[in-house]
Amino acid sequence: MVAQNIAFGIIAAIVGISALRMVTTRNIVHAALYLVAVLGGLGALYILLTAEFVATTQVLVYIGAVMVLFLFGIMLTRAPLGNTAALTGPSWPIGAAVAVMLAGVTVYALIDAFGDDRLTEGGPLYKTEQVSDSIFSTYIVPFEAVSVLLLAALIGAIVLARKD
Amino acid sequence: MWMLENAFIIPLIPAISFVLILVFGKKSVGADRVHLIGITALSLVWILSVVAAFQWTQRIENPPEDAIVHLEDKGHGDESHSDDSPGDESHSDDSHEDESHGDDSHSAPAGGGSGGSDGTLAAVEEGKDKGHSLLVTPVISTFSQWWSNGGMDFAVGTHVDGQTVLLLVIVATISLLVHIYSTEYVKGDRRYVHYFGFLSLFTAAMLFFVMAQNIIQLVVGWELVGVCSFALIGHWWEERPNTDAALKAFLTNRVGDVGLLVGMIILWGTFKTFDIDAINSAIAADPGAYHFPLLMTAICLMAAVASKSGQFPLHTWLPDAMAGPTPVSALIHAATMVVAGVYMIARLYPVFYEGFSIGTSSINLMAFIGGFTALMGAGLAFAQWDIKKVLAYSTVSQLGYMVMALGVGAWTAAMFHLFTHAMFKACLFLGAGSVSHAAHHTFDMRKMGGLKKYMPHTYWTFVISTLALAGVFPFAGFWSKDEILLGALKGQENGYPLMLFFGCAVALMTAAYMTRVIWYTFHGEYRGHGHPHESPKVMTVPLWILAGMAVVAGAFNLPGPVLEPFGLEGLAHRIQTYAEPQIYLNTNALHIIHPDPSLGMALVGLALALTGIAVTYLYFWKGLGPHGLTERNRYAKAGYTFLENKYYLDHLYTGVVVGSIKGPIATATNWVNQNMIDKVVNTAGETARDSGRWVYKWIDQGAIDGSVNAVASGADASGEGLRVIQSGKVQNYGQLLFGAAAVLAIVFVIVI
Amino acid sequence: MLLNQFLILGAVLFAIGVYGVLARRNGVMVLMSIELMLNAVNINLVAFGVQHGVVSGQVFAVFIIAVAAAEVGVGLAIILLLYRNRTSIDVDDFDLMQG
Repeated sequence: MVAQNIAFGIIAAIVGISALRMVTTRNIVHAALYLVAVLGGLGALYILLTAEFVATTQVLVYIGAVMVLFLFGIMLTRAPLGNTAALTGPSWPIGAAVAVMLAGVTVYALIDAFGDDRLTEGGPLYKTEQVSDSIFSTYIVPFEAVSVLLLAALIGAIVLARKD
Repeated sequence: MWMLENAFIIPLIPAISFVLILVFGKKSVGADRVHLIGITALSLVWILSVVAAFQWTQRIENPPEDAIVHLEDKGHGDESHSDDSPGDESHSDDSHEDESHGDDSHSAPAGGGSGGSDGTLAAVEEGKDKGHSLLVTPVISTFSQWWSNGGMDFAVGTHVDGQTVLLLVIVATISLLVHIYSTEYVKGDRRYVHYFGFLSLFTAAMLFFVMAQNIIQLVVGWELVGVCSFALIGHWWEERPNTDAALKAFLTNRVGDVGLLVGMIILWGTFKTFDIDAINSAIAADPGAYHFPLLMTAICLMAAVASKSGQFPLHTWLPDAMAGPTPVSALIHAATMVVAGVYMIARLYPVFYEGFSIGTSSINLMAFIGGFTALMGAGLAFAQWDIKKVLAYSTVSQLGYMVMALGVGAWTAAMFHLFTHAMFKACLFLGAGSVSHAAHHTFDMRKMGGLKKYMPHTYWTFVISTLALAGVFPFAGFWSKDEILLGALKGQENGYPLMLFFGCAVALMTAAYMTRVIWYTFHGEYRGHGHPHESPKVMTVPLWILAGMAVVAGAFNLPGPVLEPFGLEGLAHRIQTYAEPQIYLNTNALHIIHPDPSLGMALVGLALALTGIAVTYLYFWKGLGPHGLTERNRYAKAGYTFLENKYYLDHLYTGVVVGSIKGPIATATNWVNQNMIDKVVNTAGETARDSGRWVYKWIDQGAIDGSVNAVASGADASGEGLRVIQSGKVQNYGQLLFGAAAVLAIVFVIVI
Repeated sequence: MLLNQFLILGAVLFAIGVYGVLARRNGVMVLMSIELMLNAVNINLVAFGVQHGVVSGQVFAVFIIAVAAAEVGVGLAIILLLYRNRTSIDVDDFDLMQG
């Protein structure tokens, strides 16, 4: 148990700092890389929670595809590479205040609600086969819906971005 | 009695003639022959009037049963009281009170018993012996209600009695003769048609007036003859003096008409009826009860009489009215219209008799005005050089005589004098017209003279009428003037010495000034520029007819002693018998006394007339006397100037009375109007306008519009303010959204 | 391990993502911050799934990942279009709806 806690602590720290750096850095490419770090750390956390399929999907999809997309987007929109003018808008204090308030209230609520609940330890272990069984049986409809959604998104993106 | 009941036809005929002449005259008979319509109508009227007179005398001689009123005498023959049959005694005073009006003949309970019910004149005399008077009622016909509302009603009808009939004959005769005379006098006139039209209208109005049944009709007729007088005086209105004279006549009459209306209103207020018969009967029944209102009425009506009949002080219009054509002067201002006032007094005589207490022979207003007018008019006649003006003043003087006669209680004398005066005065006026017609259209006596040899007819008729006017035996004026002097001498209970003095002085002066006129006009050498000649027959024949009337008219009311030697006593005092309204004037309460004729008085009157003629004869024909006195003597000259300026009365009226009103009063009234009344109105207007402006500016624009604008600008400003939130930037929207959500979450989590 | 560890981590990440959305000027940065928020939600889901012993948490996490990918694709396409039209992806420049 202790090892898990330590592991969690290290990963959570990396994730937290990376996220913070992501929203405060001036370099957009750095921000993307920080996001990669966040995503990777989160994948590790999924492993910690014995959700291996989710972790794999996370890495493959998010880091592999989404981040690449982001980098392409950065490139295609000629974002100023390097440290240039501030990436943070003029009204960032309000955003900070909102975020802090939000964080504050949620943390308080969480502590108030879940206090010292422990993660069940002897619970069932869901490996990939159980997850896929569940997807294709219980949640077949959402699955199909997501497929259609992806198709629509694909077509939509192509339509939007084509040059004519 | 048909004519008496349907007497309304008589004024209707000239009225129709008026319409026919004016509307159809030119087309039907031609503009210069419209006199045919007028003369035809007037001839018819004359015939009907004579028939009416005849029928009235029949009525008096043989009264029908329902026309008799019994009356127990108190004054006459009370020694025969005991001879009364018991049955008659019951019909005493009260039979006289329940006279009712309404439909045709006036009815009253007829007498029963033996006293005079066979109704001959002899029976009347017999009744007198027995101590009764049999009085014959007038014929009153009512045709329809004219007005009936508000407790007041009056009808349209006729009231025919002896007085009416007398005037009918006079008006018809004179009007007819004037029509015939006018055909030559106004021949070729520019307004021939209008002239005859108005003559007809005047005749119709005068006839309507004399048979008026109630006060309203009386006033209507009065005003109508005034209007016709105005129209006819101003016949040649292209010359300014004629219109001035016409206006003066009308307006002076108007001044008197105020008195007429006030008097009539008082009468109505006292008796609550407009009916003349009802009023007279009510007074005759109980005179003392109405003494004070009747006094007031009499004073007011005297004002009307003063204006219409030319009494002092409203006589000033009559001499100026001579500006009209001479036949008009003869008809209207000598014979007929000016006697309307006298006629009214005679008609409503109980009012005056009681109002002025004539019976008690203290000098009353009427007698005094009449006498004074007579004197004053005669004085002025001496200072005139215009024939017509002399005759006008003579008319004023004679009218004064008539009013004085009425003032001393001599009713019949006044009506008799009216009758004779109409005849000879009309003859004199027509004679003056004839003179002017022949002598180069002038009336100035200084331009005449010696016309006797050129126009004998005119001369002799003029002389006959002058003798009648002066009162020389046996012409008509002698008898009528004598009756008046007798009335002044004997009076009702005592005599009226002052009136007698006036009467005698005027008789003297009348003879004198008329002789003066004859001297200047007809004798001496001709001083004019024309070629005098006699007038055509159409003008001289009416002159002879009227002169004939001037001779014989006296026969209508001769006193008894004159006829005794001839055994014709029954013909004495015809006018008194037929015309005097015994029913009002001979009752128990109101009793006119008829003085016995006096030979002495008659001789005195005759002597005065002859003296006047003689003195003038000596002055002019023989050249004796103080010729040229008014040139040499200061006082005489002053007196003459005073007379010449008509006692300065015209100056008084026009200059002082009218001038003071025109000048200061009018200016003051104008000032009040402009500065005070208009100021109030203007201030009200300005205040309204200013307050309107203030309200508009402050309330309408300021408050109301301001509030509306404030709402709008508030919305605008708040919109401007809120617009900042919509920056278009997604991040701002997101900030707001998430911030609100966070706050809500805090609220939910922490509070709840 | 406490459940709250994961949950609090998720909450903090979410708040950071909110900040990023609200405060960053570059459009791509905003999208990236959205991804951060989605991932925070994923962590929550999986943690709760393990806590309750059901597989639904993981299943939904997978679905969310798929949807997020689709959304990024379309989002970037939109950003590209915006860039073509305006030559700028500064979110402050797109204030046409200002009023």
